[in-house]
Amino acid sequence: MTITDTPTAPAPHASRLTTSKAMVEAIAQEMERDPSVVYLGEDVGAYGGIFSSTTDLLARFGPERVIDTPISETAFIGLGIGAAVEGMRPIVELMFADFMGVCLDQIYNHMAKIHFESGGKVRVPMVLTTAVGGGYSDGAQHSQCLWGTFAHLPGMKVVVPSNPADAKGLMTSAIRDDNPVVYMFHKGVMGLAWMAKNARSVGDVPDGEHLVPIGKAAVARPGTDVTVVTLSLSVHHALDVAEKLSGEGVEVEVIDLRSLVPLDREAILTSVAKTGHLVVVDEDYLSFGLSGEVVATVTDHDPTMLKAPVHRVAVPDVPIPYAHGLEYAVLPRPERIEAAIRRSLAL
Amino acid sequence: MTMHAEPSTSTAETAPSASSAAGALDAATRTALFETMVLCRTYEEAILREYHADKGPGFDIGKGLVPGEMHLSAGQEPVAAGVCAHLTADDAVTATHRPHHLAIAHGMDLRAMTAEIFGRETGLGRGRGGHMHLFDPATHFSCSGIIAEGYPPALGQAFAFQRQQTDRIAVAVTGEGAANQGAFHESLNLAARWSLPVVFVVEDNDWAISVPRDAATAIPSNADRAAAYGIPGERVEDNDVEAVYAAAARAVGRARSGAGPSLIEVHTLRLWGHFEGDAQGYRPELADVPSHDPIPRYEKALRDSEVLDDEIVQRIRAAAAERVEDAIAYAKSSPLPDPASATSHVFA
Ligand SMILES: Cc1ncc(C[n+]2csc(CCOP(=O)(O)OP(=O)(O)O)c2C)c(N)n1
Ligand SMILES: [Mg+2]
Repeated sequence: MTITDTPTAPAPHASRLTTSKAMVEAIAQEMERDPSVVYLGEDVGAYGGIFSSTTDLLARFGPERVIDTPISETAFIGLGIGAAVEGMRPIVELMFADFMGVCLDQIYNHMAKIHFESGGKVRVPMVLTTAVGGGYSDGAQHSQCLWGTFAHLPGMKVVVPSNPADAKGLMTSAIRDDNPVVYMFHKGVMGLAWMAKNARSVGDVPDGEHLVPIGKAAVARPGTDVTVVTLSLSVHHALDVAEKLSGEGVEVEVIDLRSLVPLDREAILTSVAKTGHLVVVDEDYLSFGLSGEVVATVTDHDPTMLKAPVHRVAVPDVPIPYAHGLEYAVLPRPERIEAAIRRSLAL
Repeated sequence: MTMHAEPSTSTAETAPSASSAAGALDAATRTALFETMVLCRTYEEAILREYHADKGPGFDIGKGLVPGEMHLSAGQEPVAAGVCAHLTADDAVTATHRPHHLAIAHGMDLRAMTAEIFGRETGLGRGRGGHMHLFDPATHFSCSGIIAEGYPPALGQAFAFQRQQTDRIAVAVTGEGAANQGAFHESLNLAARWSLPVVFVVEDNDWAISVPRDAATAIPSNADRAAAYGIPGERVEDNDVEAVYAAAARAVGRARSGAGPSLIEVHTLRLWGHFEGDAQGYRPELADVPSHDPIPRYEKALRDSEVLDDEIVQRIRAAAAERVEDAIAYAKSSPLPDPASATSHVFA
């Protein structure tokens, strides 16, 4: 077994996998280990998941454990909750996070609150997987991240892997967690054959059992001049920008949050204490969300840590537009990240 | 075609319209149905061509003049033609992620629609919406990419038409997969209880992406579900455009007369993949699918009964091609939205 705090830790035996294959490997290993693990959702069987979250699982585990549901998210997410309460460890897929609207009550009033309302006597050990993110012109109802909304509602952990090793390690931890865990995978990090991708969507993944603890951020790239706190696909963009600026002698530290709940505030503070400059990059909406929470983490602790105003790069409170040029104007693309870093450092 | 449920209330039954008996349609109506189907198909074939023209090398969904998901309606033209023949632009239609055939049959301006699909400033939504989000005040048309969520707004349009004391109606369309959503059932009940002028249409194309209807739905016909809400439910078999036309005549007549909603389920055909790029490996009878294409079949029936001949078919196809290519040329030559305006139109 490997337990990895940072994705750069060397793995004794590793395979090169896409993020989606790494996610599936974790699910398969846990299904082998624990017969109470089942995977439910739309098109997770023969199709293998619209974003390849369940490739070949049906062939390996059969229709009793890899189950196509009707388009009835309230019913089958609620079913997952009930099954978890009775001792199973269901993984339930909401095809796109954008569809939370039709089933949110089961998620936030039930899945997330039962443990509390029962005074800690009833556990809901389920994983809610869901695809997030834009960048391929899927329009305002199929491109949102919405992790800030899930994280805002107490009672569920929220994990957001950016790379193959973390996808595997966080999935294993999520399945074994005794709490509901929302596992949000960005379509752009999955390494899908039919979508443009960053090289970082393929990477070394430790073989065998691999756990990444939920609630520990990773220093995706160490640096001294400015801290970029980010997550998911934006980690790829931030690393690209960091590599570019390194050529100019600017050393950017990139923090990959990996989970929103719990939020690794320690990691944020440690980095900002070192650099004194903070840029937050978040593909979710700007206001009332994660980026503000990261800034408050610093200012609640000690505002004098900051040598310059904070810059937030997020979706500017507009639904994601369809037209490519409009969509790229509102997403946290590398150009916007670079401009924010330059402003932060007055370059 | 079978009638599955009679209204359980004492509301007056609408008399079947003169054209409802199979085979009694006049040549002009039959030709018009064929024309609409051909226009819809010609449009989808052109979008198919444009969509795939610049996705390579390989297939990158985000590339090209028409990026993103693309759900085409080929095979489902009988539903659009048969239902929308009874509507005027004053009636409302709410559609799904697969909206083109319904938009066209309801009379949407092809140029503005196509410009939206190409993400242009001249598009219906100035490029903000895309192909799943066509909003057209001129034809009271809208659609949603969230399954079954087009049903509730249709209720509100019908409610407004009723309050405004008009005989306008709303038609709400979903796929058969959507009939297992709460919004579907809530809408049927509310519309029935309030006698709203709505026609609910279910396009049963046997598939919800990769999930066959039998695997998802507990009963064979969604028309039976109408009985639970005390409204008429009718299932049209065989993707038969004239049978759709007849069923829609009854349902539309009932709604216009103030007798309340009805449900029609049409057993139709998804001729192509769920979306473009879908290899359909899950679909067992794949090779057989084209033989069920409703357009050649209807063309043959109309030729056999001497409604159509070579010359008329040729004229209809040429006219459709001309309109569609004009719309595509218009879209391609229209300006792209200015990225500096990306945050506009959030509020009025
Ligand atoms: C609430 C919700 N759940 C899931 C989806 C993903 N999805 C898009 S189309 C589709 C299948 C719809 O099947 P059906 O209603 O039969 O329509 P068809 O595609 O066959 O026209 C699904 C599951 C969605 N858009 N919204
Ligand atoms: Mg269907």
